[in-house]
Amino acid sequence: MESIFRLFPGHPVVSALAALALVATVLYIVRPAAHRALRSLFLIFSRTFRFASKAAGQTEKRLAERNREVLLNLARENAEREVVREFSRIETSLRRDLHGFPLLQREMSELISQVETDYMESSVVPPPPSKWVEAIGSIAKLQSKGDTLAAHVLTEIKKLLERQHEEVMREFRSVTAKRQESLKRTIPHLRKMGEKLEEVNGILNGLYHRAQTIDGKMGEFQRVMAGTDRTVKALSASATIQFFVSLLVMLIAVGGAVINFNLIALPMSEMVGGGSYIGPFRTSHVAALVIILVESAMGIYLMESLRITRLFPIIGSLDDRIRKRMIWITFAILLILASIEASLAFMRDMIAADIEALRQSLAGVSRGTGAPFRWIPMAGQMVMGFILPFALAFVAIPLESLIHSSRTVIGGVMELALRFVSFLLRLLGKAMEYLGEFCVTAYDIFVFPYLWAEKLVREKSKEMKSKEGEKEAVQ
Amino acid sequence: MKRKVIILLSLLLFLWGCADTSGHRTAVYMLLDTSGTYRLELEKAEAIVKYLLGTLNPGDSLAVARIDSGSFSEKDIIEKVTFDSRPSYANQQKRLFLTRFQEFLSSVKGSSHTDITGGILQAAEFLNETGAGRKYILIFSDLEEDLQKGQIRDIPLQLKGIRVVALNVTKLRTDNIDPRKYMGRLATWEKRVLKGGGAWKVVNDLDRLDRILSD
Repeated sequence: MESIFRLFPGHPVVSALAALALVATVLYIVRPAAHRALRSLFLIFSRTFRFASKAAGQTEKRLAERNREVLLNLARENAEREVVREFSRIETSLRRDLHGFPLLQREMSELISQVETDYMESSVVPPPPSKWVEAIGSIAKLQSKGDTLAAHVLTEIKKLLERQHEEVMREFRSVTAKRQESLKRTIPHLRKMGEKLEEVNGILNGLYHRAQTIDGKMGEFQRVMAGTDRTVKALSASATIQFFVSLLVMLIAVGGAVINFNLIALPMSEMVGGGSYIGPFRTSHVAALVIILVESAMGIYLMESLRITRLFPIIGSLDDRIRKRMIWITFAILLILASIEASLAFMRDMIAADIEALRQSLAGVSRGTGAPFRWIPMAGQMVMGFILPFALAFVAIPLESLIHSSRTVIGGVMELALRFVSFLLRLLGKAMEYLGEFCVTAYDIFVFPYLWAEKLVREKSKEMKSKEGEKEAVQ
Repeated sequence: MKRKVIILLSLLLFLWGCADTSGHRTAVYMLLDTSGTYRLELEKAEAIVKYLLGTLNPGDSLAVARIDSGSFSEKDIIEKVTFDSRPSYANQQKRLFLTRFQEFLSSVKGSSHTDITGGILQAAEFLNETGAGRKYILIFSDLEEDLQKGQIRDIPLQLKGIRVVALNVTKLRTDNIDPRKYMGRLATWEKRVLKGGGAWKVVNDLDRLDRILSD
């Protein structure tokens, strides 16, 4: 650099100016080639960025399509599962309720025939008084007109008639009472029938409500199958909410697992030794962690066998007999592990007490008689040790939800990231284009005297040409 | 299915094989100066031993030996123990260790000479045999070596991977007159230890015992 100022020794400014003039001359000579080179260079960058942006955009589109497919598939599976579940509930309800229908029908027909019989009985009307009674009645109404014999006959006839009337009335009353009795007997039958009908009404109402629910689920299923943008948006929002809720529950579960770990880590050293390590970790800690993980795995298998979750479709599709056997096996293992944990918690309390006693003796503190309520934390630890494995078993539910929803959420996040990258690359491509132009212009700044001179020369020659043209025109 | 079980068992065996039982263990060898001038300080050593018993974990080793006229001998080891891997049994060992150490303190007699080098050589031998990952020699002494006539102790120490901690290095009467003697003593031992490949530390404040085993 300093050699520039020594072109003309003793005249650094002149030397610098001369060097600048030299550089400018060279730059002016190579100007067209330099412009092409600069433009090509920045064009390469610009096109590369644009190409990358396009690729990112296409990937984003493909990812969006894939996300949409996954989301719809997942929603379809859920909707199917719900519809199947509703149908299975209806089946259970029908099996339970309609199971008694033949009996109900028999009871109803018995009641109806009973009511019919009673009705028939109540409808038995006593025969009306015979015609001769009316004839005798007419005779009895005749005047005797002083004839004693006739009067006697008529009196007898009247008495007979009155007797007959009383008998008929008695008969009528007795029959009416019997009818009343028969009708009274039908009342409980009718009430029972009413109750049975109410029962049937309830069952039918239940079925109606279930049918309505299935209608709703089917509607949902149809909307999912249609796969409209609105449905996809709603499903996406639902998946995001599900993701965060599952994450929260999982964090709570992790908290529980940490507590569980602390409960069994110390007593595990009594079983596997406190002085050995696997890598940088204590073997007892690893063993405690393994127990917790095995418990979680058993919980997952249990939930799968119960068909509450569907992380392993092979378990759900097992034969019912084997599945039930699996339920009992996993439950038994969980129970055994829970019992082990409870005993470990008990052991932990004993070891902790022993360590505390040793520390007290080392510190020179006299040992007291012990806290009177020491059994309370010990019992608490044992109960926690027993319950936590079962509580951890339910981790399978939020885990499944988290896994399914995370696919959507992560897909969405990646989609956004790709969109941003695509935008950024396009921006860079454009910036490179303008930067190329800027460099070309900046290049010209260094050779501006020559460009200015070139412009003057061109104008001059243009002027001369025009003058010559005019002269020629005049001639 | 059988194949999977075999693979799983192999993996478990592999992990079990990976179980490192020595790398994380600590071994401590404590040397107690029983020379006439320093014997009165031995009461303070009990606090250090108690601290060590409270700090060391199952699987760790602890030995306490005295520095007397000829310390390069197993006979000078007062008590040594490698704690069991089960915490409950290790606690019992600790209690027994403390009882025996207290018995020693009550019956200790002063020695006429102070062979620190011999004690360090014995300690290094013991510590290397334990195969522990972290090895400490604690020297509870004023570091004033007083050898018997004819004893050869100007031999280089082999202390690679061993941390040597000088505890309660008291000032002698002559140190008060010329403190350079005290500093010189410390510097000499530091030089010998570092030359032997060990690490050197001095802890005189016995209220800060946590510094002993801190790296």
